[in-house]
Amino acid sequence: MAEKSKMVEKESLIAENVNVFYGDNHVIKNVSIVMPENSITAFIGPSGCGKSTFLRLYNRMNDYIEGFRKDGSIIFNGKEIYSKDIQLEELRKKIGMVFQKPNPFPKTVYENIVYGLRIQGVKDKALLDEVVESTLKKVFLWGEVKDQLKKSALALSGGQQQRLCIARTLAVEPSILLMDEPTSALDPISTAKLEELVFELKKTLTVVIVTHNMQQAARISDKTAFFYMGELKEFSPTKQMFTNPKEEITQNYITGRFG
Amino acid sequence: MSKYNRNYIVDKTFQWFAIFCTAFGVLSLLLFLGNICFDGIGRINWQFMTSLPSRLPEKAGIISAFVGTLWILVLTAIIAVPVGVGAGIYLEEYAGKSRLFDFFEINITNLAGVPSIIYGLLGLEVFARLMNMGGSILAGACTLSLLILPVIIVATRESLKAVPKSLREASFALGATKWQTIRMQLLPAASGGIVTGIILSLARAIGETAPLIVVGALAYVPFVPTSPTDEFTVMPIQIFNWISRPQKGFAIDAAAAIIILLLITFVMNGIALYYRNKWQKKVKW
Ligand SMILES: Nc1ncnc2c1ncn2[C@@H]1O[C@H](COP(=O)(O)OP(=O)(O)O)[C@@H](O)[C@H]1O
Ligand SMILES: [Mg+2]
Repeated sequence: MAEKSKMVEKESLIAENVNVFYGDNHVIKNVSIVMPENSITAFIGPSGCGKSTFLRLYNRMNDYIEGFRKDGSIIFNGKEIYSKDIQLEELRKKIGMVFQKPNPFPKTVYENIVYGLRIQGVKDKALLDEVVESTLKKVFLWGEVKDQLKKSALALSGGQQQRLCIARTLAVEPSILLMDEPTSALDPISTAKLEELVFELKKTLTVVIVTHNMQQAARISDKTAFFYMGELKEFSPTKQMFTNPKEEITQNYITGRFG
Repeated sequence: MSKYNRNYIVDKTFQWFAIFCTAFGVLSLLLFLGNICFDGIGRINWQFMTSLPSRLPEKAGIISAFVGTLWILVLTAIIAVPVGVGAGIYLEEYAGKSRLFDFFEINITNLAGVPSIIYGLLGLEVFARLMNMGGSILAGACTLSLLILPVIIVATRESLKAVPKSLREASFALGATKWQTIRMQLLPAASGGIVTGIILSLARAIGETAPLIVVGALAYVPFVPTSPTDEFTVMPIQIFNWISRPQKGFAIDAAAAIIILLLITFVMNGIALYYRNKWQKKVKW
């Protein structure tokens, strides 16, 4: 019993019996899952099974979708994130998100990175400069763009833009990083760089990554969650999932029998 | 005749019809412009630009109407832009969906199609009489503001709607509030469309005659208005006044004034076009 409560304390992102509806469409069915800290969790499953929807529950991005409804609870650091007294802005500073398609602001590289701090009212130029340099270094982009900080972020390549988006998210120092198929719009070399980066990030962050690519999940994640038609079918350590899955349907999916 | 042949002929016929229609429009416009320029261009000089109206066509000038139009332009912008853009932002970003909202939405769109003289009557009743503004510049500007508000509101909403969802999501995901997102991302991204809408609607406003006459703009203003509470006239009213005089000299004055009014609207349209193009080039997703 003592053992269990200690575990819950450490693992701070907990979903319990979550259901999601878009109008009459029941897209997440009674999912419960606990995210392990300082590790990478991969969400896999066929297209339309609800991976993005589930990921976007954690930073309440689905709130803007018409007809969105959910029940069940999601607890972050001991607090229900869908409760009335939660401060959305505060939540999103702690739970950052990187999207499928790189979406830099149509501003300079520099302004992209400091945006999250500017909106918090940080004006100290020296501090902002320092954050720009350190976050760009974290995403291995500093060498490539240090001479173009004042140029438009839209001029960067797709892979650079995606790393910039990660840097922008890291600048507000989240403890959890959500990534929705972050490499699906990138070429293989950029993808490799990004995977390396994600691997590096887990030292300080909890990463949840949706991926369509089974090899990617196998390469970088510690645990894998397999979604199928809105249900969480299996959640196991990645090694075990890919060598010896518990469920037959998981087996069928990861061996490419459907998808 | 084969079906193919018939289609071909229909196609060709329609093409010629379209060319004819275009040519008809362009040619009549050119004819009118040529005629006006021929009559009026020689009349445009310093005396004409700086003189008050007069009984004698060669002594008359447009200074009071020109300044009146500038006053109207600036005041209308000051009133209509914040209100219109504000309402557009509210309706697009804040107002929840409801019956009442749908009702407003339909009415605002419809208002853009109401004949301008109706706005004049409204202005006369509300601004000139009820609010005691009389036939002042302010009453005229308030009336024209109402006239162009729907256009600005719709332009603002459409431009906000056109901002890609990904930009909103990026901003929200970094912990921005709604207002921060609107102010720092959405408005800059939408500014091209909004500014274009504002300029075009203002260009329309300075061409309006009927509502201002109804509100009480004068046909004969022998002074240069210096404050919003002054009585006034505007260029289209001055032009109309001159055209309706029997003397040939006033017809020439009218032509000259038309050239100047057209120049102002062309310049405004040009700015709108330039701004939109520049903005389209800058922002591509
Ligand atoms: N904005 C939306 N409005 C309504 N239904 C949606 C929306 N987004 C996704 N859905 C539906 O929710 C289900 C899950 O979608 P999604 O979470 O995007 O799946 P995945 O990311 O696994 O491909 C699908 O059936 C999809 O049609
Ligand atoms: Mg998805």
